[in-house]
Amino acid sequence: MTAILEIRNVTRRFGDFAAVNDVSLSVASGEFFTLLGPSGCGKTTLLRMIAGFDDPDAGEILLGGKDLTGTAPERRPIHTVFQSYALFPHMTVAQNVAFPLKMAKRPAEEIDRRVREALELVHLAEKRTSFPHELSGGQKQRVALARGLINRPRLLLLDEPLGALDAKLREEMQIELIAMQRELGITFVFVTHSQPEALALSHRIAVMNAGRIEQMDEPSKIYGFPRNRFVADFIGHCNMLEARVADATPQGLRLEVPGLGAVAAPPADGARAGASGVLAIRPEQVRIAAPDAALDLQNRFGGKVRDFLYVGDVTTYVVDLESGARVEALLANSAPGRAKFFEVGDAVQVAWRHDAGAFLHG
Amino acid sequence: MRRAALAIEALAIGLLFWSFFSDARYALAGAALAALGAAAALGAFGQRRELPHFWLWFASILVYAFLYLPLAIVVIFSFNDSKLAAEWVGFTTSWYAKLLADVDMLAAARNSVLIALTASAVATVLGTMAGIAMHRYKPRLLPFMVLTPVAMPEILLGVSLLIFFLNTARPALALFGIEFDLGVLTVIIAHITFCIGFVAIIVRARLAGMDESIFEAARDLGATPWETFRRVTLPLIMPGVIAGALMAFTLSIDDFVITFFTSGVGTKTLPLEIYTMIKVAVTPEVNAVSTLLMLLTLGMIVVAGRVAPDVLRGK
Repeated sequence: MTAILEIRNVTRRFGDFAAVNDVSLSVASGEFFTLLGPSGCGKTTLLRMIAGFDDPDAGEILLGGKDLTGTAPERRPIHTVFQSYALFPHMTVAQNVAFPLKMAKRPAEEIDRRVREALELVHLAEKRTSFPHELSGGQKQRVALARGLINRPRLLLLDEPLGALDAKLREEMQIELIAMQRELGITFVFVTHSQPEALALSHRIAVMNAGRIEQMDEPSKIYGFPRNRFVADFIGHCNMLEARVADATPQGLRLEVPGLGAVAAPPADGARAGASGVLAIRPEQVRIAAPDAALDLQNRFGGKVRDFLYVGDVTTYVVDLESGARVEALLANSAPGRAKFFEVGDAVQVAWRHDAGAFLHG
Repeated sequence: MRRAALAIEALAIGLLFWSFFSDARYALAGAALAALGAAAALGAFGQRRELPHFWLWFASILVYAFLYLPLAIVVIFSFNDSKLAAEWVGFTTSWYAKLLADVDMLAAARNSVLIALTASAVATVLGTMAGIAMHRYKPRLLPFMVLTPVAMPEILLGVSLLIFFLNTARPALALFGIEFDLGVLTVIIAHITFCIGFVAIIVRARLAGMDESIFEAARDLGATPWETFRRVTLPLIMPGVIAGALMAFTLSIDDFVITFFTSGVGTKTLPLEIYTMIKVAVTPEVNAVSTLLMLLTLGMIVVAGRVAPDVLRGK
């Protein structure tokens, strides 16, 4: 895999505020790469610098090994799908999609053919003479996508393109996006603040916060092995228990959790006895069972159901432990017709494996 | 009930006009017009509803009469077969014929059209540029500089331009051996000065509600700044540009005060020529030329409404 886009130590300041702070990353050719982070984390600023609407104060951005600094947006083989779609309101769907080819001075009959192909690809062949204001949100989205892809950019930037769609449509578009990206082999750099979207779509994710990259890895690694408290908290749900390392061996950690006592955890880099941090453990890793159930798990605590949240496929139980700590546990509702296994106030026990969760410094 | 309301209204307006013009004929005309307006209004609304509210109709018809009756009178008397505008004698189009034979008037008309066309064309280009710049770069000083001539009393602008032309421009150009005097050129420059602001306001208003990313998208998809302007920005602001151009044209062709100060001796425009004629007497010829001018302006408004309906609707 060769890197098509390389970002080296890029910084962008607005006054005293560093919107993007010494960011480096590289995107492989054909990759679906996602910049994920809360609003204001710098992901859109970074995207705008890649597109050429903004220039870094320091560092460089390379495309296929060539520095892009000083190259105007129209001279970069990079196209963008904007959050607002940014369709040209005075042009028909076909004219919108033809725009990049027209700017590239392609011959008329080639434009005609490729526009037809592109509109078929996004299932909008019958809308070619419609104007943007006559289209639904999902259709506008497809036009924007066809317009961004038609001239085969080396890189397609997508700025929260699914943000304005309702949940059902968003899921459909996600599937289409993946299929299209695989089919065309164009490298996607996708910006979103929605972590399920990032997990579902990406080959790799860079989690950004306050202008920096907190962690960059495959979705399952980001989810399963968050590197710090921010990533653990931002991606999915996570129980966070304040903890101190009592003993560290290559086999695992023994943690001291206030009010809970000794807890076994998997080994962590640089965790030495005496270090303090949090134990992050996902609700689906926590088992919940009746108090008398025999659970062969090392970390086992008694508690009472405080609340539960039924969302259809699963129910999340919030359990107050006897020691005062609070833990969320997830239970799949796989038994038909059964919505919940425990009521509020029921005595339960929660337990997790000695190698589940992660100790995070800080 | 309806008829009674109509009769009272017609009577009231008739009396009002009588007191205004102290002429029974005007009073009659006013009453007839009011009755006609009310009848038309009833025709439009009365099928389905009772007279909505007598006083509402009364007030609105009064306002319309106030605005349009003087204009109607000018039009009517431009066809009056009498040298004096006092009474109706008979129908004639001779005043229009006389107008077309009037060399001074034709020269003034030619000047007016030349000035209005040139000034509005230049003001439209500069005003559009100013409007886009004000929208895009949010400059602090430019809006004041562009809009001041719009807000400034015309007389002030006229006097200051006159002083500038005579005391600054003329001696400065004389240094280069260029002879410079008041005339059509100075009027054009003066008209451009106050027209730019109107065009800029309209163009900026047009841009205000637009999604900025449209223009970025054009660049992003391979359009140079010029192509972006030609293919995206200009088509989108075109209604505003045309409305601004028409407005500039109308303002220029109507202008009296600024033209009066900057035209110098010998250069006449239509408003100046009409003023000169009126100094002697309000002749039917004045009515005729006013009617033509009105027709031109009306045409402009209709065209403006067609190309930029949102400008008229005040969106």
